[in-house]
Amino acid sequence: MAQKLSAFTSPNHPIRRMRRLRELLIEFVLMAAAASSIFITVGIIYILVSESLPFFDHVSLKEFLTGTEWTPLFENAHFGILPLLCGTFLTTVIALSVAIPMGTVAAAYLSEYVHPTAREILKPILELLAAVPSVVYGYFALLFLTPLLQKIIPSLPGFNVLSAGLVMGLMIVPYVSSLSEDAMRAVPLHLREGSFAMGASRFQTVFRVIIPSAFSGISSAYILAVSRALGETMIVAVAAGMQPSLTLNPLRPAATVTAFIVQVSMGDLPQGSIGYRSIYVAGLSLLFLTLCFNIFGLWLRKKFQEQE
Amino acid sequence: MSREIFSSEEFDFAADLRRRKLIDFLFSVAGMLSLMLALITLIALLVDLSSTGLMRLNADFFTNFPSRFPWRAGILSAWVGSLAVMFTTALCAIPLGVAAGIYLEEYARKSWFTLLIELNIINLAGIPSITFGLMALGLFVYRLNLGQSILTAGLTLGLLVLPIVIVTTREALRTVPRSVREAAYALGSTRWQTIWHHVLPYSSGGIMTGVIISLSRAIGETAPIITIGALTFIAFLPHAPLTGEPPFVSFQWLSDPFTVLPIQMFNWLSRPQPEFHVNAAATGLILLLLTLVMNAGAIWIRYRFRKKLKW
Amino acid sequence: MLSSTSPNLRAEVKNLSFSYGTKKVIGNLSMPIYENRITALIGPSGCGKTTLLRCFNRMHDLYSQAAYSGEVLLYPEKLNILDPSIDPIEVRMRIGMVFQKPNPFPKSIFENVAYGLRVRGIRRRSFIEERVVKSLQQAALWNDVKDRLHTPATALSGGQQQRLCIARALATEPEVLLLDEPTSALDPISTMHIEELITELKKEWTIVMVTHNLHQASRTADYTAFMYLGDLIEFDLSERLFTTPKDQRTENYITGRFG
Repeated sequence: MAQKLSAFTSPNHPIRRMRRLRELLIEFVLMAAAASSIFITVGIIYILVSESLPFFDHVSLKEFLTGTEWTPLFENAHFGILPLLCGTFLTTVIALSVAIPMGTVAAAYLSEYVHPTAREILKPILELLAAVPSVVYGYFALLFLTPLLQKIIPSLPGFNVLSAGLVMGLMIVPYVSSLSEDAMRAVPLHLREGSFAMGASRFQTVFRVIIPSAFSGISSAYILAVSRALGETMIVAVAAGMQPSLTLNPLRPAATVTAFIVQVSMGDLPQGSIGYRSIYVAGLSLLFLTLCFNIFGLWLRKKFQEQE
Repeated sequence: MSREIFSSEEFDFAADLRRRKLIDFLFSVAGMLSLMLALITLIALLVDLSSTGLMRLNADFFTNFPSRFPWRAGILSAWVGSLAVMFTTALCAIPLGVAAGIYLEEYARKSWFTLLIELNIINLAGIPSITFGLMALGLFVYRLNLGQSILTAGLTLGLLVLPIVIVTTREALRTVPRSVREAAYALGSTRWQTIWHHVLPYSSGGIMTGVIISLSRAIGETAPIITIGALTFIAFLPHAPLTGEPPFVSFQWLSDPFTVLPIQMFNWLSRPQPEFHVNAAATGLILLLLTLVMNAGAIWIRYRFRKKLKW
Repeated sequence: MLSSTSPNLRAEVKNLSFSYGTKKVIGNLSMPIYENRITALIGPSGCGKTTLLRCFNRMHDLYSQAAYSGEVLLYPEKLNILDPSIDPIEVRMRIGMVFQKPNPFPKSIFENVAYGLRVRGIRRRSFIEERVVKSLQQAALWNDVKDRLHTPATALSGGQQQRLCIARALATEPEVLLLDEPTSALDPISTMHIEELITELKKEWTIVMVTHNLHQASRTADYTAFMYLGDLIEFDLSERLFTTPKDQRTENYITGRFG
């Protein structure tokens, strides 16, 4: 028969120590796993910064930030990042101008107008849009949408920002709609009922009561969408061409920061060369941009949460 | 009688109500259109890829290596590479992610350390995937000398999808009610015994859902893999993991060069010849179906588990 | 207060105070727990009776802001189970608990009852089987489930599930069995069966039971403790407390003037 403990063990008893040791060891291993996520961030920042710094021995910060040509791999190299930032900015704006309205409307519709069982089916379908690999979207933009758009705009080149931006927007819709819908559904019932009780229509309730109350969650969704758009690579690499150009015209090809990195990575680069370093600098700029947006997002969220 | 309240203007309630109802109706139409547009996009994707690429999907396509000739080119090296990379990714992300999720949900107390970790995970989820590729290039490929290999790819993607696994694990653990944990504790379990015998098994459905979703994300990732230097013309397969002689298991394949399905597709797409575009469409179709099936599978598993364990 | 033929002490609460964070929940409480008797804790919501019950098996240790002071002595060794040097795991191995809402594990009936034995490292199959059968018999559930020991416990009815939880607690032969409102989530027929079971169980076990059902306390319990706002107002043989309460507050509660 197993030990019937007739007395409690003292803290030094071997059974007790073994048990405590085992539990502590397990907790330590689990904690290390959780802490490893910090090392990832540290690793990213460390690598990006240490590989980028030598770049600025050759290129002045002024030229980097204000130069209007980006041709690091040419004989007569230029290192102004503005063209890449322009490309990123343009694609992001186009994508968001699709994703934010469509996503918010879809979210409001799902949250307030749709029957719960239908919602259970429609919401996952919407989320499938985000599950499609981005290179497949690139194909779609290049070989389906661009020809389609060329029928409407005959002068549209094969590689253009508009196509890429629109498809990117479609891909990002679920990022906006999912989180926004969660936020809207979390609005307490009594607020909704208060509005309806005063004779407001559903539309008025959505726009005057629900969206304002859910705004901290909705703004998180928007920020997430922005981050996603800034960091998107393959759609633009395939469909927008890889020519950096300082233009705000979506009907022309352009390169984003991300597309540039991919383009260079596909070639052969001696480690440590200026070309090699340029992709790290590009990556660092991108990280800096997304970080700024994340912080802005956190601040925005906090501000709206206080108002709720 | 209500008209007397407004002395100068006559407020037409009926017309206003009609107008508001119209706006309401129009908005619901707009909502439905948004959803329709999403659905149409998915269908258009499927139809477009199938119409171009479906005919290319024969046995040859799956068993041929890439070639200069589009009609002879196949995805053998790509899908084997994808399989190997997925396996390595899973091996990296699952233990690390589930363990981290368990720690954060079951052990961590409210402290600056815990807050730091949680903020960090949220932050990681928003970092562009290509940034992971850059880090992997500098760290794994060069500094740690792991080369442009399957191992590097697996580590990179594993770290990329880690936040997804952690978050879904935490959500799954949270669904196990306190009453079950207390019942276990009341019988004399230690914390780990409670987790291992009860919390983990009951939340395994949710955890599996998260793993599948993260793998489906990893299988379609292209940018980080290009950055670490996956080659696009690979006419050979990695070494086999099982050998005919002792010790019967080989790890040689981990350090082999490789390619994956999305890169093969990208490569074909970048060529000007339309015949290669057909190949790209076929590969895209495979990728699309794979990710859709995996996501649908994950959703179904979550549904089944929720039905089975009604708390 | 107590008759001269008082039974043996199995446990004793001595000057127990308990606070959760800054909130004091139990203040300086002392009371005896007699062997092979049922002691009921009654009182209005928030009086601290469940909190007191959970002190016996150190459940509060699971939540970080709990603070005990005073003693809960387990006889015959007279060890204070609240002593920080004593491992709460070991306390819980000696003191069993059944919860308000039946909470069987989503495992088989057999595995539910066997779990308490397994965490102790008991591996011998025959021993576990013996114990499982014995516990299920003691919980008056054996006949209902003997043909389906390996089917899910969640398929049982509410009353059966609660009996399973009792069997599960009994399998480890606890020295004191704690019942936290064991029938409040059950229908009247199941309640009646469980009350009969509890009355049977006291022949072998010492039972402390929280209940908000006064009739249940007067029917089943040998001793009753009335608590109010964290203090023990009165402790006596049930028949004395319910017929001739000594404190006015006790009388008010029993007669329904408040609570």
